[in-house]
Amino acid sequence: MLIESIFDGKSEMTEGSTKKCPVVLMTRIRLARNLSKTHFPGWAKLPQRTQVLETCLPAVASLNQMKRGITAEVEELSELEKQILVERHLISRELSGAPDQAGVVISKDQSVSVMINEEDHLRIQVIKSGYRFKQAWNSANVVDSTLENDLDYAFSSTIGFLTACPTNVGTGMRASAMMHLPAMVISNQMEKVVRAVNQLGIAVRGLFGEGSDASGSIFQISNQTTLGESEEEIIKRLSSVLKTIIDQEMNAREKILEKDPNKLFDKIGRAYGILQNSHLLSSSECMNLASLVRFGVDLEMFSEETRNTVDRTFIECQPGHIQHLVGKSIDTNERDAFRSEYLRKQFENVERPLFAIEKSEKRENSTEADSTKGEKK
Amino acid sequence: MGKSLKCDLCDESATVHLTQILNNQIHKIDLCESCAESKGITDPNGYSLADLLVKPGEESESSSEVLDSFEECPECEYTQKEFKKTGRLGCEHCYEAFGPILSPALAGMHRGENHKGKVPGRAVERKSFEDRLGTLESDLDEAIQKEHYEEAARYRDQILELKKAKKEEETA
Repeated sequence: MLIESIFDGKSEMTEGSTKKCPVVLMTRIRLARNLSKTHFPGWAKLPQRTQVLETCLPAVASLNQMKRGITAEVEELSELEKQILVERHLISRELSGAPDQAGVVISKDQSVSVMINEEDHLRIQVIKSGYRFKQAWNSANVVDSTLENDLDYAFSSTIGFLTACPTNVGTGMRASAMMHLPAMVISNQMEKVVRAVNQLGIAVRGLFGEGSDASGSIFQISNQTTLGESEEEIIKRLSSVLKTIIDQEMNAREKILEKDPNKLFDKIGRAYGILQNSHLLSSSECMNLASLVRFGVDLEMFSEETRNTVDRTFIECQPGHIQHLVGKSIDTNERDAFRSEYLRKQFENVERPLFAIEKSEKRENSTEADSTKGEKK
Repeated sequence: MGKSLKCDLCDESATVHLTQILNNQIHKIDLCESCAESKGITDPNGYSLADLLVKPGEESESSSEVLDSFEECPECEYTQKEFKKTGRLGCEHCYEAFGPILSPALAGMHRGENHKGKVPGRAVERKSFEDRLGTLESDLDEAIQKEHYEEAARYRDQILELKKAKKEEETA
């Protein structure tokens, strides 16, 4: 029941991303909050955790933003349900492994989720497709302020919101962007970027946060510091770094097209061929193939609709989603077989890519000269 | 990136990759999932702090003396040792209790030492209420001890008024 409504609903991650911003898949704001006079969840004993859950769950569920949303205690969820929620970025791995008395409330459109008794008593999260920090922050801010009417937050006038981990103290805010950087990966520039960006107090991680490798050339880029700057200042600083990364990605794309277009076309063409014809596909291979096709969409080699197919694939090829599609728990080999079958169907009607020469003919008839150039401003 | 690396602690292939810059030094660590878990690296930020504080050799003698004098948070009994292990605190009061080691750590971890962001209205109101109540109550005690009963009566009335105003506000 729960799983169906989540699965069938459109998520910000899978829908709604557009050509306007080909690099940023989605933006996210997360606020860490704790109740005053209560031990942090990691140190609280069972009765206190229970009390936190009993106080917070109804308070969050009654928010306007959560109308017709989903409210669940983690204990009630099956392993598969938890995995799917993690794959959709609606709960964290930490919450899915929480010992007891943890909960989550998810809005109907899956853009707002509030976790209870994770590392902090409350983790408010807003996800928006594309590059929309302002909307995400505004929306998280409203949820936070409304909750504060009912709940007493732990707050210090000198060091701000008090969080279980001192790395979150202050604003308690983590702003992050999910970025698709295939050209930087192909041209081996990511290491350099990670170094440079780290020095600015910005962290780079894989798609599923800590520990995940950057399969699909998707990176999560977020602020590392939370104290000493206002929320707006943090977002502004992060945005300026993101803009530089977008510029570099676009430059890298141009350079690859200039220097060795065949190598790139070969990769994209093969990816398309494999997605249409393979019979065994692991999730990480699948991510990388989908990433190449998405790169192809950005280069107008595939139709714009293919972008949605690809973005859905990023989520649906994950192990939990595959098992949900099959309807039962299956082992890795069976998953790889089913995954390839599912993707053959998804990519069956995707028209074959138009490569350089065909594309330039097509371009002459088109008014839009080069969508990638527009991004560089 | 993307190449399979070996865990720094055992020979399993590493899936947890951490790159951090602390005090202008680059720290890179690659771990397998089970080592990462056993080291408590579920959140790389949580780890960074533990790393920062526990790093052998960087702890000067004087600082470890300071550490010893703040072994435990008086409010929640969370220990310094636990904090070093997990990088997390037990309750809001730990920030004060562990101040001597936390404050310099915070300065190194963040872009400033003072909060400049959102201020939650209710939390601030509550704090100012509690502060005022605290002051009045100690004034009252002092007046009673000095047998200044007129003064004491005035403080008592002020306390009642303050509490009444708070109650009205809450029911409103």
